[in-house]
Amino acid sequence: MQSTRLKLLAVSAGVALIALGCASMNGDPMAVHSSAGIPLGKTGPHAVQPLPDKPRFGHAISEADLASWNIDVRTPDGQGLPPGRGSVAQGKKIFEARCVACHGADAKGGAVYGAMVGGIGTMNSNPRVLTPGSMYPYAPILFDYTRRAMPMDGPQTLSNDEVYALSAYLLNLNGLVPADAVMDAQSLPKVQMPNRNAFVVDDRPDAKATRCMTNCK
Amino acid sequence: MANSRREFLRKSAALTTGTLAAAGAAQAAPLAVPQTNRQPGHGMEETAYGLPSKFEAHVKRRRSDVLKNRQNLSDWSMTPLQYQPGIITPNGLVYERHHAGTPDIDPATHRIAIHGMVKQPLVFTMDDLHRYPSVSRFHFLECSGNGLTDWLKPASTTVQQTHGLLSGALWTGVPMSTLLEEAGVDPKGTWALLEGADASAHTRSVPMEKMLDDALVVYAMNGEALRPENGYPVRALLPGWEGNISVKWLRRIKVGDQPWHFRSETARYTDPMPNGKWRQFSMVMETKSVITSPSGGQKLKGPGFYEVTGLAWSGTGKIRAVDVSTDGGRNWREAVVEEPVMDKSLTRFKIGWNWDGGPAMLMSRAVDNNGYVQPSVADLQKTRAIVGFVQHHNAIQPWSVNAAGEVRNAINQA
Repeated sequence: MQSTRLKLLAVSAGVALIALGCASMNGDPMAVHSSAGIPLGKTGPHAVQPLPDKPRFGHAISEADLASWNIDVRTPDGQGLPPGRGSVAQGKKIFEARCVACHGADAKGGAVYGAMVGGIGTMNSNPRVLTPGSMYPYAPILFDYTRRAMPMDGPQTLSNDEVYALSAYLLNLNGLVPADAVMDAQSLPKVQMPNRNAFVVDDRPDAKATRCMTNCK
Repeated sequence: MANSRREFLRKSAALTTGTLAAAGAAQAAPLAVPQTNRQPGHGMEETAYGLPSKFEAHVKRRRSDVLKNRQNLSDWSMTPLQYQPGIITPNGLVYERHHAGTPDIDPATHRIAIHGMVKQPLVFTMDDLHRYPSVSRFHFLECSGNGLTDWLKPASTTVQQTHGLLSGALWTGVPMSTLLEEAGVDPKGTWALLEGADASAHTRSVPMEKMLDDALVVYAMNGEALRPENGYPVRALLPGWEGNISVKWLRRIKVGDQPWHFRSETARYTDPMPNGKWRQFSMVMETKSVITSPSGGQKLKGPGFYEVTGLAWSGTGKIRAVDVSTDGGRNWREAVVEEPVMDKSLTRFKIGWNWDGGPAMLMSRAVDNNGYVQPSVADLQKTRAIVGFVQHHNAIQPWSVNAAGEVRNAINQA
């Protein structure tokens, strides 16, 4: 992530002078970037209807009253991880009850989905073997995704303890935490994922094709 | 436009004159009065939702059948582009991609929440949304994985299989900016997450600049409510960006000061790059085109005139021109680009072609209003690693034609 962050900073410094909302510049189709250096493509069209008396139909709500929906985890630092904890051993039991039918024994791949273990060290081979262990840059992605989307036949039914335990189990299967590891809001973000520094921010357009019309090849 | 139209007519005329005189068309059989003239048709129903003719039953979305999923909950279906004239995809044919099936959401109970780094967290009902001033815009929607099976060798037969994760529609809804301004975005709130009410609670991070620029909260497409599989009752639409980020069944918008780096923006929807790297936040769908007729799996009915037609689109603006080659990219002619030509919308191109009956290779190449020229796979391979599950494929699609008139996917021959 260090390299990505540096790049982000460099890019945002570089584009700070470009006023957002201006048309794309000639010869530079991706001249418009976000403050974080993300290419935005062509901006607009924008709302054209003037709203002198802005209608306001939203109903105020407190953060406390939408807590049951507030399930996102900011995965690089784990912000949003809830209280709770779970061990590798507990995770194995939950996996065998709720996950094994699709993902197979020891998460090596099953009837529906492929392996969730292995692949570390394959990013320079073809194909790259993509698993949570080899691909996820941040361990809290396991918690965020499992809590919101798994198991497929009953998402958002696992307790936070159970999700921490499954995270611990999958990390252990991938050799990233020891067999006696316990995951919680403090320990999970500290797990070092092998792919952490592999991501670079979109730098397209990267192709430089020319518009040849006759006798081109 | 006028110039290219005249040029097209002139070229078409020049191309066809000889053929018609020489080959002509076979003598037509004498005409009998059809039975439909002699008996009444079906009576009108009290109420009905019209369906296509039974003779059009072959025009259907199809589940991905080149890369086959072993379940149909996280799956995708593809638009039959070979049968689509014009630039609008009928709602029943708009491609689908979902991650945990299609939910049945009652609009009376659905809610959208905006919270996080805002002055006042808000909740909106569907009735609330419908009371805001609305906008309607034509935009394409394309999955970042469109073309993922066909990079270095042909795997697909038809354009539905190669390019069918693409649709065009008129989207109606409320600008995202209207709702965000009402909640009052903290000046430090530079990102927002979008989250769905489906069983995957699908989530993506979006730069605030895009949210406040042209992003829409959409409840209708092509003149009717969204179809369930396309987000009913409400979805996000981020024009020109990969379909995955236009979160369907939208339930939550949270403002933050960093991206969340969710699974769908790290382990998925990122692009393999050389040296084991991955390109992240590549949301813009770059300029692209494809010939939809003649296209893979079709058969030409003998030498003579054919209209070569297809679609072009760009997430970075408007289509300026489309060139067509019939000799595998050696020589190109500029096609007619048919009005309307709109930002981040499907655009239709056409050009006449007189097939001489010999082997041919049809290709289209789009140019956008920034001067960006659609690349070949070889052009993209200079900077990207074409390994495994490759995304954001905007390369030229060649279709080969053999002497029998059979049209085939020739992605490896560009």
